[in-house]
Amino acid sequence: MEGLTLSDAEQKYYSDLFSYCDIESTKKVVVNGRVLELFRAAQLPNDVVLQIMELCGATRLGYFGRSQFYIALKLVAVAQSGFPLRVESINTVKDLPLPRFVASKNEQESRHAASYSSDSENQGSYSGVIPPPPGRGQVKKGSVSHDTVQPRTSADAQEPASPVVSPQQSPPTSPHTWRKHSRHPSGGNSERPLAGPGPFWSPFGEAQSGSSAGDAVWSGHSPPPPQENWVSFADTPPTSTLLTMHPASVQDQTTVRTVASATTAIEIRRQSSSYDDPWKITDEQRQYYVNQFKTIQPDLNGFIPGSAAKEFFTKSKLPILELSHIWELSDFDKDGALTLDEFCAAFHLVVARKNGYDLPEKLPESLMPKLIDLEDSADVGDQPGEVGYSGSPAEAPPSKSPSMPSLNQTWPELNQSSEDTAIVHPVPIRMTPSKIHMQEMELKRTGSDHTNPTSPLLVKPSDLSEENKINSSVKFASGNTVDGYSSSDSFTSDPEQIGSNVTRQRSHSGTSPDNTAPPPPPPRPQPSHSRSSSLDMNRTFTVTTGQQQAGVVAHPPAVPPRPQPSQAPGPAVHRPVDADGLITHTSTSPQQIPEQPNFADFSQFEVFAASNVNEEQDDEAEKHPEVLPAEKASDPANSLRVAKADSKTEEKTAAGAPTNVSKGTAPLAPPPKPVRRRLKSEDELRPEVDEHTQKTGVLAAVLASQPSIPRSVGKDKKAIQASIRRNKETNTVLARLNSELQQQLKDVLEERISLEVQLEQLRPFSHL
Amino acid sequence: MAVCIAVIAKENYPLYIRSAPTENELKFHHMVHTSLDVVDEKISAMGKALLDQRELYLGLLYPTEDYKVYGYVTNSKVKFVMVVDSSNTALRDNEIRSMFRKLHNSYTDVMCNPFYNPGDRIQSRAFDNMVTSMMIQVC
Repeated sequence: MEGLTLSDAEQKYYSDLFSYCDIESTKKVVVNGRVLELFRAAQLPNDVVLQIMELCGATRLGYFGRSQFYIALKLVAVAQSGFPLRVESINTVKDLPLPRFVASKNEQESRHAASYSSDSENQGSYSGVIPPPPGRGQVKKGSVSHDTVQPRTSADAQEPASPVVSPQQSPPTSPHTWRKHSRHPSGGNSERPLAGPGPFWSPFGEAQSGSSAGDAVWSGHSPPPPQENWVSFADTPPTSTLLTMHPASVQDQTTVRTVASATTAIEIRRQSSSYDDPWKITDEQRQYYVNQFKTIQPDLNGFIPGSAAKEFFTKSKLPILELSHIWELSDFDKDGALTLDEFCAAFHLVVARKNGYDLPEKLPESLMPKLIDLEDSADVGDQPGEVGYSGSPAEAPPSKSPSMPSLNQTWPELNQSSEDTAIVHPVPIRMTPSKIHMQEMELKRTGSDHTNPTSPLLVKPSDLSEENKINSSVKFASGNTVDGYSSSDSFTSDPEQIGSNVTRQRSHSGTSPDNTAPPPPPPRPQPSHSRSSSLDMNRTFTVTTGQQQAGVVAHPPAVPPRPQPSQAPGPAVHRPVDADGLITHTSTSPQQIPEQPNFADFSQFEVFAASNVNEEQDDEAEKHPEVLPAEKASDPANSLRVAKADSKTEEKTAAGAPTNVSKGTAPLAPPPKPVRRRLKSEDELRPEVDEHTQKTGVLAAVLASQPSIPRSVGKDKKAIQASIRRNKETNTVLARLNSELQQQLKDVLEERISLEVQLEQLRPFSHL
Repeated sequence: MAVCIAVIAKENYPLYIRSAPTENELKFHHMVHTSLDVVDEKISAMGKALLDQRELYLGLLYPTEDYKVYGYVTNSKVKFVMVVDSSNTALRDNEIRSMFRKLHNSYTDVMCNPFYNPGDRIQSRAFDNMVTSMMIQVC
């Protein structure tokens, strides 16, 4: 900073201005907002103001120290005198008039005139440029009141006093008048930095009227050179210019201000905003709020915790009660944290409140945070918003309410998707790639050994597995309480399965399902027929028992017969030949192949079933992940049972586990038999489970039959085509089964949801 | 329904008390104060059970000829006391429970406000509105 030589008058004038701007009484740094308002009042073009700021070094330092302020004032005088702005001009230009700061508007002036009727000289001096002769206290006040920026008479004490007094200024009544009046009330509030030059007048006028001290200060310069140094009371509409300047200057302020208090920024922003809708946030304001949000929380999608927000808004110096009310209004989802929208709403309310607007009882619509689309996330983020929006607190504990709507909302979504898949693609999503393997192997093996039952059975398991997969996936998506393992299972394979379903569906379009001998009747979802359906399967199985390979049959009913480890490469080889699009499953099949050795984990099932019949489901869930990778086909049944177990008693889950386990424990017995046995035992207990059990029993039977088909590479094309047809028949059968199962699944899940709701309602609050 | 609703802090001083203006409020304040003993008695009786199993809704604390007093305590020992006009025979236990649940939810929202210091009087307008709605229900 170059050395600045000031004349005495300048020195005093500048120090007064500095004191005026130093509302925080720091004696070192002036509030940027005040300074900017001051410069605006200088009626200089914005770029000049910017230039001044740069020259004085404020932009570099980020604040206006005393020296910067003085330099800036000098530069203002230079600019006002028409000299080019140069750093050197500070000292070179001699006899520079004091900088002039213009009153904002005639209204304020007239108000001042009216308010200070006691200061008749003030009124007189309002019209005149020449201040009244010095020596007269009142006159001085009057003159000073008209003076440039009303240099502070003396102490900063007046500053706090003056802003408080603004009785004459009517509170804003309408948005339009608001803009003009904004300066008046703001002048009257010590917390509000003056919005524009106008307010300068009011505080000073009042300060003048109220001050007795400091007159002596002015006596020294009351005889200023009349024409130059004192304010030209702009009868021209400075307001309009100033107003127009404001939006532009606001930008400047943002660039210059780095240490500005939030409140000053708010004031400035406020003026530039349009008030067609008092609560509408303009883009500038919005941008400013977003920037402030970033200073607290860099992630725009993140939350500001309550404590940080509290600190931030406490800086606005509003009473805690009002801040508390603002928080209540703006925290839409009542989570104790502010999202970006909530933060902008809160900030806007703070701004409005500081401007004198009363806080509304309800959040204005323009400030309401936008609810996230349901589709986007089933997370708590949007759910609480919706729950909160509904108004009355839900019956369920607040913490649970997010989960419940999420359940409900995702559930229809998934329902739709599953239905779509059921309708459009009768072939459901496969969950067990091994079934695809089976189909592939089946196709490769097509030949003389293909029997009618086997082909549809071949198709059925895949469909069933897919449908079960859909069921499980649906459950997983909707049920937050479903075990994580199953969800991961289903979700990972879902996209692939769906694709395969599509392809498979297409491949089935042209086939006639009745080429071969009619497949066994599709399993009907009737608890009473569980045995019959499995009987059918049993018949089928007995037919092909001889052909069944030893190790392959050893699957739980729901699991498609796994190729033995020796045959594991088979599917990989045959994969390219698969015309049904099963190739899409290849990506999952490699995962399955290495897991096939886990096949031996059936023994674990036995132990598991024996030990876990009455254990909690968690144990089952933990053990399930071990077994499931190896027992993909059992996933549907397991997941069904697991999901249901969440909502139903442990008995059912325990029953489900033993069911699967039992199915696995009879490796060489015809699959349906153990299934039927289990079904019998469970029939009395859980009819609903039985339905699924039937399906899985059927599925198991179907799947079990697949391995019985001898695989011979290089079958005739006709055999392959026959097997394809049979597969397609099985596919249709399984598709029907799938739709039925899905319907049952939906019903079961709805029951589960209702039960969970009841459970939550009945459970005593264990938390606040 | 309720003629008087009070929120009592853990240390048994009122955080919020509001009566229907028709009656002399001092009488209700006194009833609430005396009911605190009953609440403490019920809490201690249930205290042997695990905290989670303790029912938050305390039920009818004591009936007088004109009024019934219901109690509800949260896990942080904040008590809600509700005085109900006995002439409202249609008021079922479930409704009382739901009213306490609403109270609890609103209280939770007040707590979530970072500007609220626990232990201060509750001055939240939203809470006031909710309580008013519950009291106006009766009239």
